[in-house]
Amino acid sequence: MAGKVVTISSGKGGVGKTTATANLGISLASLGKKVVVIDADIGLRNLDVIMGLENRIVYDLVDIVEGRSKLRQSMIKHKKFEDLFLIPAAQTRDKMAVSPEDMVKLTDELREDFDYVIIDSPAGIERGFRNALEPADEVLIVTNPEVSAVRDADRITGLIEAADKGPGRLIINRLKPDLVKKGEMLSSDDVYDILGLKIIGIIPEDELVLSASNSGIPVTLNMDSKAGMAFNNVARRLTGEDVPFMNLDDNPGLFQRLVRFLDGR
Amino acid sequence: MQEELIAIKGVNDGLLIALSTTEKWQSVTDQLAARIDEQSDFYNGANITIELGARPVPKYELSSLKALLERRGLKLSLVLSESDTTRNSAAALKVPTKKNGESGAPPPSKQADVQETAPVNPEETGTYGTMFRRTLRSGRTIHSDGHVVIYGDVNPGAKVIAAGDIVVWGKLRGYAHAGVIGDESAIVCALDMSPSQLRIASHVVTSPPGKRKRVVPEVARIRDNQIIVEARE
Repeated sequence: MAGKVVTISSGKGGVGKTTATANLGISLASLGKKVVVIDADIGLRNLDVIMGLENRIVYDLVDIVEGRSKLRQSMIKHKKFEDLFLIPAAQTRDKMAVSPEDMVKLTDELREDFDYVIIDSPAGIERGFRNALEPADEVLIVTNPEVSAVRDADRITGLIEAADKGPGRLIINRLKPDLVKKGEMLSSDDVYDILGLKIIGIIPEDELVLSASNSGIPVTLNMDSKAGMAFNNVARRLTGEDVPFMNLDDNPGLFQRLVRFLDGR
Repeated sequence: MQEELIAIKGVNDGLLIALSTTEKWQSVTDQLAARIDEQSDFYNGANITIELGARPVPKYELSSLKALLERRGLKLSLVLSESDTTRNSAAALKVPTKKNGESGAPPPSKQADVQETAPVNPEETGTYGTMFRRTLRSGRTIHSDGHVVIYGDVNPGAKVIAAGDIVVWGKLRGYAHAGVIGDESAIVCALDMSPSQLRIASHVVTSPPGKRKRVVPEVARIRDNQIIVEARE
């Protein structure tokens, strides 16, 4: 089996890379794929927290790379999914502890046993980003519909193209449809207009994401959440399925509601 | 006028500076410093390739040249030389180096590799230009001492700086400076002209805020001592 290495990146911090990584990992696992997620943000780990696996950590990425632990014993199995594993970042070291070549070696080994290796890239364009980019077969770029996040996404898209990993696909996270309608937030079309990247997912703003992250149960496991559904759709598109984009409009006008009613929805 | 000891050419996303191989090192570097200071706008932030020919340059001389460039905000990204001494000096300073003529064209940096630029060789005499067949994304800067043609967009955060004209077959939303050495006849054209800042020679304008209703190809040029932008249909 030759698995696919997918790197989740953004340039700017705080746009939702780790949330996206955790949710994609779980969505892919729930589709029956064998998945390992790697936290490449050495020194500032938090993928384990969002996945609710913090208290199970014994070894981390740096231990594996430096040969202190075996790959198999360092991977943490998810509580709910048999085929979902986490390789956590080290807390006490920095990004220089791992080199891009180390990451390639590690992911080549993981490719043998897994369908998807998902790497959570740190913010920035330095070593940590290079570590996450080097082994990637595909890069998903997370951005928010705001000018500064789009600018950074553009910057790293340039770097991704220069490293021959391009062009990458885009996840637009935390979109607020009502603000877009009022013209106060960039729409997905505006973002596409600047970046020219294929969009693989549009995730609406959803308070459930925050509570889910805090409780360590990613939002995809919550069927009531629009964001959760949107992440599920991203995972399905990643596997090659053709999934239509969902309607994010929360408060349809009377006419639209009538149409939907007549449509039997 | 003093004899020209240096020759400057635009290559890929940087500049190639060939220094005289015979003249005294001191006079060459003095003239280089003076040239850069004269037109600091043009050079600012550029990647510099230095061609030294057969002259053996010891480490201390090369290191002072590197410092001279760095003080002016320029990065010495490559040293071309036929002399082993010079190449050893460069290696000691951790500056990439190559033998002259290796692979023909001046070796681009890793990123520049992907820029796919080709120097234009007109049959008729004219100013040469550089063609970029891709979108310039944020953080990317192009310098040219000829014209620049971009088949793609210039995104916000990207910069195009040229001694001649700038033609963007796409959206110009970044920074563009044409006629940077002072050519007031330089023009900037774009299919969608909404630069963050547009300069021609020493004039500056910014785009009016807000979205435009109708997007048409436009040309910017200097008329009556100010930059005007006109539709070109």
